[in-house]
Amino acid sequence: MNKRTFKLAGVAILASTLALAGCGARTDAGTGGATGTKVAKIGVIAPLSGDLSAMGLGIKNSVDLAIKQANASNAIPGWKLELAAEDDQATPDVGKNAATKLASDDAVVGIVGTLNSGVAQSTIPVLDAAKIVQVSPANTNPSLTKGADYLTAPKRSNANYFRTCTTDDVQGPFAAQYLLGTGVKKVATIHDKTPYGQGLVTEFAKAFTAGGGTVVGAETINPDDDNFSAVVSKVKAVAPEAIYYGGVYSEAGPLSKQAKAAGLKVPLMGGDGIYDGNFMKLGGTDGDLATSVGAPVETLASAKAFLDGYKAGGYTDGYSAYGAYAYDAANSIIAALKTSLASAADAKSARAGTITAMSSVAFEGATGKVAFDQYGDSVSRVLTVYKVSGGAWKAEKTGELK
Amino acid sequence: MDLFFQQLINGLSLGSLYALIAVGYTVVYGIVQLINFAHGEIFMIGAFGSFATWTVMGSPTDWPATGSLLILLPVMILGGMAASISVALLTERFAYRPLRNAPRLAPLISAIGVSVFLQEFVRLFYGRIPGLPDAKSSIPFPAINGITGEIIQIGGVTIQMSAVFTVGALAVSTAFLWFFVNRTRTGRAMIATSQDPDTARLMGINVDRVIMAAFAVGAALAAIAGVAHGLTNGNIGFRMGFLAGLKAFTAAVLGGIGNINGAVVGGLVLGVAEAMATSFIPGQLGSSAWKDVWAFVLLILVLVFRPQGLLGAKVVDRA
Repeated sequence: MNKRTFKLAGVAILASTLALAGCGARTDAGTGGATGTKVAKIGVIAPLSGDLSAMGLGIKNSVDLAIKQANASNAIPGWKLELAAEDDQATPDVGKNAATKLASDDAVVGIVGTLNSGVAQSTIPVLDAAKIVQVSPANTNPSLTKGADYLTAPKRSNANYFRTCTTDDVQGPFAAQYLLGTGVKKVATIHDKTPYGQGLVTEFAKAFTAGGGTVVGAETINPDDDNFSAVVSKVKAVAPEAIYYGGVYSEAGPLSKQAKAAGLKVPLMGGDGIYDGNFMKLGGTDGDLATSVGAPVETLASAKAFLDGYKAGGYTDGYSAYGAYAYDAANSIIAALKTSLASAADAKSARAGTITAMSSVAFEGATGKVAFDQYGDSVSRVLTVYKVSGGAWKAEKTGELK
Repeated sequence: MDLFFQQLINGLSLGSLYALIAVGYTVVYGIVQLINFAHGEIFMIGAFGSFATWTVMGSPTDWPATGSLLILLPVMILGGMAASISVALLTERFAYRPLRNAPRLAPLISAIGVSVFLQEFVRLFYGRIPGLPDAKSSIPFPAINGITGEIIQIGGVTIQMSAVFTVGALAVSTAFLWFFVNRTRTGRAMIATSQDPDTARLMGINVDRVIMAAFAVGAALAAIAGVAHGLTNGNIGFRMGFLAGLKAFTAAVLGGIGNINGAVVGGLVLGVAEAMATSFIPGQLGSSAWKDVWAFVLLILVLVFRPQGLLGAKVVDRA
């Protein structure tokens, strides 16, 4: 999938967990009989159609798996969980409608989603007003949890929003630590003047300098430029040992190629915006580096149960990039529901209690430790450095930002 | 000092590219007083045409340097020219000629429409042609042995062969253009038409043919620029014509629109100014973020103190 579209759309998969089984619910439940169970729904808001649907369906299926497992083990006695999935088409307006629809369903107690940060910006306020918790497996924009001034004055804007993935603002420092660890002391930075690129470079430079390195050059390019020779020559003159680039692959590829052609044969490193197969097609070469959030799921021992369950579940679509995070997101909501639903008369009255209970959720999930800090961000800050090798991205180092 | 010469080389290479495109703006303006805003797209079509030619030749990548330079590259350039000239003539025939006597604004709007149309056309339909890659994102331009990746090292200055090609192409094109305009019947007919189209028609000059010749010459040079762009930057994309066209138009105004030599000088001055501003303006204002600002400050200064452009516009007195 196209990483740029993904970024532009603002990557936030809204995996909303719809929990109640609305119309299908047994209406006499709770009043009579020992078999009576009440229904709560966990919603999913994600792109289930269009370019990003591979990731959206992976999220939906992973949430479905978590719900089925919870029902099978009778995780919440007296309650049956159900899935209610809505398509947001990776579009803020559609996402907002989906959130409104789910909020009007009294059985919904939590939402997993969105994929795109831009969509999350429109769903969070709607769900906040209805006191429904939203846990995203994929939004990487730091401002969603810490507000617009997340660098200088972090301030939690919506109490109902949590996420299980890592954010953009730890990518820069992680890249800095990796480069310092490989002995690189002199780096030139280049960014494309977008908030994403500038944010990456600012955080990188701060951490790189603090770690004993020197930023020998700080340049920018225009996102529409094709010819970077003037910038490359200027950077070459200060002889850096690596280039850190804040931006996306469509400029990073040609930039890497033109730098090498001009005799500046040092690796170019970037964030998840360049972690895409097209980077190599456009000129990225062996030795170039990228950070991306999370760990490659296949390598995690903790994810084995998830992967086995997913396989056994017989889903036709893959779990994709954020499946394991969506699975953890759904399980975090289920963990909170254990507290909030226990004493609740109906699903709607448990909504506020679920948000309160989220902050004390802590368990070992598929992607590692799942718990949230005071802003709603995941406490696990795992990232992976990928390196181009033989024309493809290979995981180089997975670690946690200290 | 190495950095100075390095940026000079970068600037001359970039400026040559601007100049090759700027000639197309200026030749057309000189004759029909039309700012052909679709000309950047003609440049883009030239690049895609040469890419298609390369594909038709079987996507050769392993030709030896001599074969590549003497056969492959010229054939690719000719293929690019064929594409850009046909598209330029078609737009002239269907988008501009019907508006020949309309108010000036009409063909200008028509040109903007053509520009959007051509971009979208390439984006949506290039990949539909059997054998050609999808053009919705950038396409890697083929490597030509003997140019791509080859460098000449002089002291601390690295000269890429692609830069040599671009500057060389400008030199050859300018010489050819001088000959064409001053020593051929069609060229002299162009000069006559630009000075006074009505009188030129009375003298028996076929003005429609002269206008077509002007579009064709501009498109041919734009195709050469398209190939140079591909070789220098390694990629071509459907949006490449927009910014390049804007810069080339600026270059044409800088040198004096309507004046062919002015377009060449304007292109080179603009390219060198951008490259130098990246390195030699001190402090915050000198970072690469400001290079376009300085390029346009230069344009404003020239227009304030020399409104006719550096070399003067040859046809401004007409109207």
